[in-house]
Amino acid sequence: MPLPTKDVIGILGDNLRLRGSVLPLSKRDATRWTKGLDLPRGGETVLYTGQMFQLVPSVEGLVKAEERIGGSPLARLTGLGRRINRLVNVSALMARPSAQEREEFDRVPRTVAQLLRDAGVEFGCLYEDDLYSGALAHDLGLDELVAEHARRVHEIFRKHDVRRVITIDPHTTNMLRTVYPTLLQGYDVEVRSYLEVLAEAGGTAVAAPDGEVVLHDSCVFARYEGIVDEPRTLLARAGVTVLEPADAGRLTWCCGGPAESLYPEKALATARRRVEQLRPVSHTCVTMCPICLVNLRKAADGTIEFRDLSQVLAEARNREPAPG
Amino acid sequence: MSAVVGPELAERVRAAGAYDAEACMNCGVCTAVCPLGIDLLPRRVFRYVELGLEDRVLAETETIYSCLLCRLCQESCPAGVHIAENVRTLRHHLNRTLYGL
Repeated sequence: MPLPTKDVIGILGDNLRLRGSVLPLSKRDATRWTKGLDLPRGGETVLYTGQMFQLVPSVEGLVKAEERIGGSPLARLTGLGRRINRLVNVSALMARPSAQEREEFDRVPRTVAQLLRDAGVEFGCLYEDDLYSGALAHDLGLDELVAEHARRVHEIFRKHDVRRVITIDPHTTNMLRTVYPTLLQGYDVEVRSYLEVLAEAGGTAVAAPDGEVVLHDSCVFARYEGIVDEPRTLLARAGVTVLEPADAGRLTWCCGGPAESLYPEKALATARRRVEQLRPVSHTCVTMCPICLVNLRKAADGTIEFRDLSQVLAEARNREPAPG
Repeated sequence: MSAVVGPELAERVRAAGAYDAEACMNCGVCTAVCPLGIDLLPRRVFRYVELGLEDRVLAETETIYSCLLCRLCQESCPAGVHIAENVRTLRHHLNRTLYGL
C-alpha cells in the first residue's frame, strides 16, 4: 500500500512552513561544509547550496523509512504522524544518516568552493541563512507555501546585500533563477551555476588524460536551464574523456528521483532503466545532481561507480598539465 | 458512459496556475517517450479537464503525482504544450480542492 499522498505532501508542506525546509536540518548539519574554508559572511556574490547536498543523506534515510512503512499497517497512521509532526520534527527523527554518508555529500560544496577560489572568483556564503529553495514543494504544487518561502529567501538576500548567487545543484539553480522571478516583486539577483562560472572563467591548460567516464545529464540542468555544454567543457579541460550514453544532453533520461517522496518503487524502476543505458558505456558515471547520484547508485547496486562532477574536477587539479 | 461536457473544471484549473493544455492535439508522442511509461498523462488527463470530467481526473491522482516533471515529453511535443507546468498546476488544483492543503 503506497503512503497516503495527502499526508506525505502535508508533512513536507508543514515542514517548509514551520521549519524552512521540507526535511529540516540542524544548523550544524547544514553548515558543516564551511568548516575551515573561512568564507566571508554575505557580500555581493555568494555560493548558495540550498542545502541540497547536505539534505540528501537525510532524504535517503526518510525514503528507507517510507519504504518500510509503506508496506505495513503503519501506513494508515500517517495522518496521525502529520499531526505529531507539527509539534515535533518527526521526519528528522526517522532519517539519521551515518557520518560517512554526510561527509561524502558535504565534500561537494566544499570542493566547489575550492574550485571557484582556484579560478579567481571572489565570494562569500550565508552559513545558517543558506536556506532550502523549496524545490520539492514547488514540484508537488504547494504554490502558496513556496511563494511565502521565496519571500523569506529574498529577504535574506537583501539583508546580506547579495546581488549574485552561485549555485551548485540543478534544483536550487532552477528555483532561484527561473521560478523565484515569477513569484517575487523586485527580485533582481543574478543566478548562475558553478558549472557556468567555471566554464566561463576559462583556462586553456588541459590536465593530463585520466580515463573515460559516462556522463549522466540532469533533466533540470539540461531541459529547464539549458546547461549541457558546460559539464562537457569542464571535463574535457580536466583531461577526462566523456562518453555519451543513449539519451544524453537535452534528451537525457530521468533518474526517477522526483517520484521518490511519494512512490519510491516507481523511482527505483526508472533508475534501473537508466542504469541499463549507463552500464555498457563506462564503469564510472559522473552526475551533477545529488538526487540523480543517490537514486542511480541505489539502482546500480555496486555495478557502476557514481561520482559527482566536482570531485572529478578537483582530482584533475592535482595532476600535471598535459605537455604542449 | 455519458457525461455533460462543461468548461467549468478547465476554468478552475486555469485559475490555479499556468495551463495551456488546450493546445494538445492528442498525438501521443508524450506517452511514447515517458520514462515512467505513463499512458494516461498528459494527453488523456488534459482531455478530461477540457471536457469537465472531474471524477475521471480525481480517479487519477496517483498518475498525476507520479509524473517526474522531467520534461522529456515537453521536449518532443509538436504543439509546444508546457506539459510539466500543466501537471504541476493540476497538482496545485488537487491540493486545494481534494486535499484541502
